Amino acid sequence: MIKMVNVDKQFGKLWALKNINLEISAGEKLVVIGPSGSGKSTLIRCMNYLEKPTSGQIFVDGIEITAHKAPVAKVRQSAAMVFQSFNLYPHKTVLENLTLAPIKVQGIEKKQAEESAMKYLERVGLTEKAHNYPSQLSGGQQQRVAIARALNMHPKIILFDEPTSALDPEMIQEVLDVMVGLSKDNITMVVVTHEMGFARQVADRIIFMDEGEIVEQGTPEHFFSNPSSERTKLFLSKILR
Amino acid sequence: MFSSTGPFAWFKWQALFADWQIFAQGFAYTLVVAFSALALALLIGIILGIASCSNIKPLELFSRIYVEFFQNTPLLIQIFFLYNGLPYAGIVLSVTTIGIIGVGMYHGAYIAEVVRSGIGSIAKGQLEAAYSQGFTYWQAMTHIILPQAKTIILPPLTMQAVNLIKNTSVLAVISGADIMFTAKSWSSSNIYYGPAYVVAGLLYFILCYPLANLAKRLEDKVNALPAEAGGKKSRLAKQDVTVGNS
Repeated sequence: MIKMVNVDKQFGKLWALKNINLEISAGEKLVVIGPSGSGKSTLIRCMNYLEKPTSGQIFVDGIEITAHKAPVAKVRQSAAMVFQSFNLYPHKTVLENLTLAPIKVQGIEKKQAEESAMKYLERVGLTEKAHNYPSQLSGGQQQRVAIARALNMHPKIILFDEPTSALDPEMIQEVLDVMVGLSKDNITMVVVTHEMGFARQVADRIIFMDEGEIVEQGTPEHFFSNPSSERTKLFLSKILR
Repeated sequence: MFSSTGPFAWFKWQALFADWQIFAQGFAYTLVVAFSALALALLIGIILGIASCSNIKPLELFSRIYVEFFQNTPLLIQIFFLYNGLPYAGIVLSVTTIGIIGVGMYHGAYIAEVVRSGIGSIAKGQLEAAYSQGFTYWQAMTHIILPQAKTIILPPLTMQAVNLIKNTSVLAVISGADIMFTAKSWSSSNIYYGPAYVVAGLLYFILCYPLANLAKRLEDKVNALPAEAGGKKSRLAKQDVTVGNS
């Protein structure tokens, strides 16, 4: 579903990504972990071209988005993103947040977009907030709306960029619960997170990044019981205290 | 000063009021030029303002050059150029057209800067969210960024309209039939300068004061918004309000 071939990303002199090769199959739940500054956010942002790689190729759903004049806007519709800081549209109601892109970008009838929006709001448990504005919601509720907004694009892939990192501790679980529910579906999920419990529960595969490289990858069992790299061990020992 | 020989002698006022229609015509002419120039300035300003944030290098460069050129040369010289320079290239424009184009292009530069800073005040995440949903740059601007920037842009934009109205007075130097020229020509024939310029000033004031006042009220409204929407009110203060209302 996503394929990255020899991808490099430089910010000035800083190498955010070094020769990344990665293949994610359809329906796979991939969790990306690593210390801050390890390049994991850059990695996931490259997958829908919010970040342009310096070199290398990225294929999403069979389309090379790094190609000249690639239909990036089209590809992004099938690879929805959930941001750390929610990024809901503050001038639109919750319902409008969910329907704006389906109507304007995908050309779906308003009524139909609203029906599916309500369905997804029900899924994240927020139907009663449909006509509120984002500023009237708690952080956890806003992030659940952001997930529903992503789902209402009917994407094949959903990218989570540290979805719980900006939340107060008591709101983290409600968002994780929604994501765990989502993982039962056939959708491809890529999740950058520090929530190791979630990784263990949901991931088909975990990749550990450090200094712009994929240091180690494997199943959760492999990762938490028997990591091979010293860097992985060091990171896990810090985070799993 | 108001004695029978002073600059504001009563008989001079009488003469002016007798000729009120001349001043009314000047007023109407100024209105026409100001409105047309404002429409042009808005068009130029919004397009260039959006272009200057587009990340498309040639567009950004063009917008930058335009803004710097018009902001850093006097409007008077630009008007002289249109009036005295263009005829050498075989282009002869009417004084009204020169007024509209000259003032419109000049203030277009200022409005472009107002729009640019308004767009810049919207969090970067908004554009990213829009992109991630498949919006193009122009769609993201019209549906997501500009509607949010509108409240922030409006007060300085209104002040630009005030400046634009006042700047239409440069048309007097090329005999533009506006308020200023009317005052100048009427008073140079009878040397009743005092009342003429007082009335001219008053006519500009009538147009500008309500707008300036509106700008002030719009700005108060922006400042009452929470900080994340571009206002000055802190998050805490906003929560207090919510608690008070519930």
